Amino acid sequence: MSVQPPNAERQIWIFTHMLRVREFEERVKRTFTEHPGVIRGHTHLADGAEASIVGTLSHFRAGDAALATYRCHGYPLVLGSDPKAMMAEIYGRADGLCKGLGGSMHLTDVKRGFLGTSGIVGAGIPHAAGAAWAAQIRGKGEVVFCFFGDGASKQGAFHETLNIASLWKLPVIFVMENNGYNVVTTTAQEDANAANGEPLAIKAKAYAMPGVTVDGADPLAVHATVGAAVERARAGGGPTLVESKVYRLSAHGNIIAPPGVPLHYPEHEAITVFGKREEYEAALRGDPVPRFRATLVKSGVLSGAKADELAAQVAKEMDTAVSFAVKSPFPKLESALDNVYA
Amino acid sequence: MAQLPFIAAIDAGIHQEMRRDPSVLYFGQNLATTENHPFVAAYGHERVRVTPISETAEIGIAIGAAMAGLRPVVELYMAEFMLVAMDQVLNEAPRFRYMSGGQVKVPLVLKAGFGFAAGWAGQHTGSLTALFMGVPGLKVVVPSTAADAKGLMATAIRDDNPVVFLHHYLLTLEHGEVPDGEHLVPFGKAEIRRAGGDVTIVATGWMVPRSLAAAEKLAAEGIQAEVIDPRTVAPLDLATILKSVAKTGRLVLVDQAPRHATVAGIIAGDVAEHGFSSLKAPIIQVTARDATVPYSEPLEAYVIPDEERIIAAVRAVLKAGR
Repeated sequence: MSVQPPNAERQIWIFTHMLRVREFEERVKRTFTEHPGVIRGHTHLADGAEASIVGTLSHFRAGDAALATYRCHGYPLVLGSDPKAMMAEIYGRADGLCKGLGGSMHLTDVKRGFLGTSGIVGAGIPHAAGAAWAAQIRGKGEVVFCFFGDGASKQGAFHETLNIASLWKLPVIFVMENNGYNVVTTTAQEDANAANGEPLAIKAKAYAMPGVTVDGADPLAVHATVGAAVERARAGGGPTLVESKVYRLSAHGNIIAPPGVPLHYPEHEAITVFGKREEYEAALRGDPVPRFRATLVKSGVLSGAKADELAAQVAKEMDTAVSFAVKSPFPKLESALDNVYA
Repeated sequence: MAQLPFIAAIDAGIHQEMRRDPSVLYFGQNLATTENHPFVAAYGHERVRVTPISETAEIGIAIGAAMAGLRPVVELYMAEFMLVAMDQVLNEAPRFRYMSGGQVKVPLVLKAGFGFAAGWAGQHTGSLTALFMGVPGLKVVVPSTAADAKGLMATAIRDDNPVVFLHHYLLTLEHGEVPDGEHLVPFGKAEIRRAGGDVTIVATGWMVPRSLAAAEKLAAEGIQAEVIDPRTVAPLDLATILKSVAKTGRLVLVDQAPRHATVAGIIAGDVAEHGFSSLKAPIIQVTARDATVPYSEPLEAYVIPDEERIIAAVRAVLKAGR
């Protein structure tokens, strides 16, 4: 099996969605200064993981499903969710994707196959396996994309689920976005494989499934690696663990503070905790969005002018999302009691 | 009507629903290991599967399958095994419908026995019902008869929400009349097991037959107790309890859980708030004594409410007040 590389049109599609995720996240971050108090609680941004997210979901077909974590803004954008409704949800407004009941950590868009997001590390992994059992019963070659971070791979839910998924040959692709940090703890401080110089994908070996590591900053590499896992799953071959190495370009989340303290995004933990400014600056130099732009311009897929035009379109789209969301009303108070039970 | 043991009645409820609805799944540890297993024989391995000892994954898989349109029933055997996967039970299954703004349904049943006060010592004998009942989004079912075991299981499977189905282990082999054919028992509708005008007793699970036995002994003294079995504690049929208290003015709550971990305490609070004017005497709660359930038989019996303690509570509530 070999995966066909994406054609020029598809490469532009990938680049456009990478831009959309980046621009959306930039606006979430900016909201803290431009509209203080509008975002409450804790948000987690996907900047730095765009290539991994879009490269993976470039294989998504109607009937497939995706499940993710609290760092969940990127996926629905790629699957077709309305950024206006997403931003309104993050602002807790009536027009929110989840009617203001879920917020940043729980974006869900079932119509587009984005089935659910758990805010508890690792807890969503078995949910993806359950959705994959449903896909297996339907028997139409549909698959489930299960996104989680490196930290989740130390949870029992991860190990229990990989065992069952392999045993039952469930059509699920476990995409571990390894960003090197579990909140403010480096992977080497909390992972025996990492501490011994092994890739985290090696954990798949314990469950008799393929485990592969890919450069998550290269969407074409991700497309190829995930593509093989998807083909295997669609054909009934069972799950694959893909370790996608990314660098999150923002801190784990905005600061945690009681009401009254203005929230903001601090610098990355590499700087604030470990004093490794050079590590962070190197990551910025490898930023997947300009890197893929350069690749496309160099290969002639996209002209610099066209790339700038796309960027301007996306910027406008995301500005509109902010201006829509900030004007959206709060939900009616009684709606807090809706949807407790089906 | 057929005479069936409680445990067979539960199975009858699962069969009833699996026959009519191909989206119902049944899985768990140590079941479906051979082709002769009655559920495997009837519905095949696609829908009936054995799992490893992985409660978090079992319940989590049920949640994902439910969100994807199926109706899983997870065989957990013992309520304590849910403690291994408490995040999935309390903080995943009941949250997704709400957090998604009503986009998803999570129809699943967590089937577990509880309260096995038969020498199972400290870790397999708990009465954890109250732990589940206050969680918005979760329904909690506690059948006490074979007929209800079948009908409540069937209703639980058809319900579009996560349901914790708690069956008392000491009722497992109790026989009862069970309706043939389709049988459904509605949620949120208490059953008056015995009518009486002097005192209201509310009990669930194994405490229902204990309360009925106590009521029979009291009847010999001319005291008529009304015994109410809520059958589901979430939703809770408070109206039937308040109506009975309005009639009797006296309430005894019987619960197998320790003093501050009971359904009784929650009912007492609701009755005190909404039925205070009916009460002629303070509410009395008969609960387990505050200890881990001991192994040794006389000690186990000492900790868990028995007929004598229920009778003593009824006598006390009749003597107290006005």
